[in-house]
Amino acid sequence: MQAIKRKKQKEKIIEGFFLICAFVAVVSVLAITVFVFYNGLKPFVSNSYPLWDFLTGVEWRPGSNMYGIFYMIVGSIFATFGAILIGVPVAILTAVYISELAGSRIGKIIRFAVELLAGIPSVLYGVFGLGIIVPYVLKISPNAQGESLLATIMVLAIMILPTVVSISETSISVVPKEYREGSYALGASKIQTIFKVVLPAARSGIMTGVILGIGRAIGETMAVMLVCGNPIAGIPTSLFDQIRPLTTNIALEMGYASGVHQELLYSTGVVLFIFIMIINLAVNKLVKAKVGS
Amino acid sequence: MSKSLKKILVSLLVGATVLTLAGCGSSGTTTSTTETTKTAISGEINGGGSTSVQKVIDAAGSEFTALNPDVKFTYSGTGSSDGIKGATAGTYSFGCASRDLKTEEQGSLTELIFAYDGIAVVLNPANTVKNLTTEQVGKIYMGEITNWSEVGGADAPIVVVSREDGSGTRGAFEELVKFEEKLKPDATIKEGNGNVQTTVAGNANAIGYVSLTFVDKTVAAIDIDGVKATVDNVKNKTYKISRPFLAVYDKAKVDDATLAFLDFLMTTEGQAIVEEHGGIAV
Repeated sequence: MQAIKRKKQKEKIIEGFFLICAFVAVVSVLAITVFVFYNGLKPFVSNSYPLWDFLTGVEWRPGSNMYGIFYMIVGSIFATFGAILIGVPVAILTAVYISELAGSRIGKIIRFAVELLAGIPSVLYGVFGLGIIVPYVLKISPNAQGESLLATIMVLAIMILPTVVSISETSISVVPKEYREGSYALGASKIQTIFKVVLPAARSGIMTGVILGIGRAIGETMAVMLVCGNPIAGIPTSLFDQIRPLTTNIALEMGYASGVHQELLYSTGVVLFIFIMIINLAVNKLVKAKVGS
Repeated sequence: MSKSLKKILVSLLVGATVLTLAGCGSSGTTTSTTETTKTAISGEINGGGSTSVQKVIDAAGSEFTALNPDVKFTYSGTGSSDGIKGATAGTYSFGCASRDLKTEEQGSLTELIFAYDGIAVVLNPANTVKNLTTEQVGKIYMGEITNWSEVGGADAPIVVVSREDGSGTRGAFEELVKFEEKLKPDATIKEGNGNVQTTVAGNANAIGYVSLTFVDKTVAAIDIDGVKATVDNVKNKTYKISRPFLAVYDKAKVDDATLAFLDFLMTTEGQAIVEEHGGIAV
């Protein structure tokens, strides 16, 4: 009896410890949300800067009291969309190759390379982009500088590869063997099986990977800051135009800003936050749909 | 061994011990007296003025208060003119300015130049342009001059590289070249001196600016109005894109703590802080 009681007590203590650990995450997310929203909404509540001008303005000149982020929103969306357009097909085909086609040795090598890619600090992607991609873009660009939407897209496309590859690969490998065998029995080739049977069956898992990739692309800061050009105005109209995504706007100026300028940088954060929340909700919905089916 | 010999030995030993102790005691007293003179620096130092010097002064201030715990140090960045006014009126123990004083501002103030700030205009080494006037630099940054051929170079578009908003170097550059808040919209913005330099080194048509102490061999610092961008030319005031960092105080009103702080600023330690924050030591 005594021994069982003591064991139960011990379990309770350990359980409590786990609860405290879990609270760290909850408290952090609440603190960050409250902090960013409190500071970010202040300028609009106190009327020190009109919300409409903030969201629709196309020029960011803190010294002249001009704080428009519309061109940054456009830049962020274009860059993310472009990165998905290039990165996702490459990532899915990589995942298919690793799990369906490659022999175990080559598969291991590729998987290892993708995992390494995930471990590279983002600033190094930026340095690589500035040293290799930007000069290359400059060669083909009609503009005089290589920092551009295109360079940003290329860096981001590489950066989202690990996320999309690993999640797609996992969901492809859990597709039941019977599906493939059934397909082969009907006379389908390997490639036909992959595209008509395996990928549709793994669809929701792949979509989760893609959406996490979007989250990564839209939130990336350090690497992008070095290759995007960060102009103070202008909606990008071509791949060779410079962009200033929401994230780099915050990172560039937070160090020196004060007063309304600083608050509006938090507001930029709020906009970014809303984007990322939408993406997370979408992921949750997809995951639920997957469980449902 | 005889008894008397033992006695002599013992007394010698005792004597030696007493002497050593006395020695320790006396040396102990001297240390404590020097310490009291050192800790004599106490009081409140409240400086104010130029925002450009804030980083240097804040860093020097926290170092100074670490050495003298009885000192309370504050500095408010309110602008050079305010710093000079505050020092004249006595509301600041000392004021800081990042420009020379106007004659009407001088009054009874004592000036102390504790650092210089110089900005080099850098081009890609492949660029044939080696000299620009301050006015031309301003026009390039405002977008009025957009091709190198307009300033004697090859027929190629100029890629303007600037720093992020709020950067002290950008603020100083815009002020000294006189294009405040008129930077052309499509200028490439880079964070930090290093990134500007990398960008200019990687683009044959780029123009950028970096702290004078930061220029390396990957880029070419050009002459401004025919004057080379060197530390000496900043100090003798012939190089235009530069400015002094001044501390001003009223001799009649200044207290010992403030003077001790300003002395500290001029020591090797203080000057090292200046250089650490991008300034040029005096």
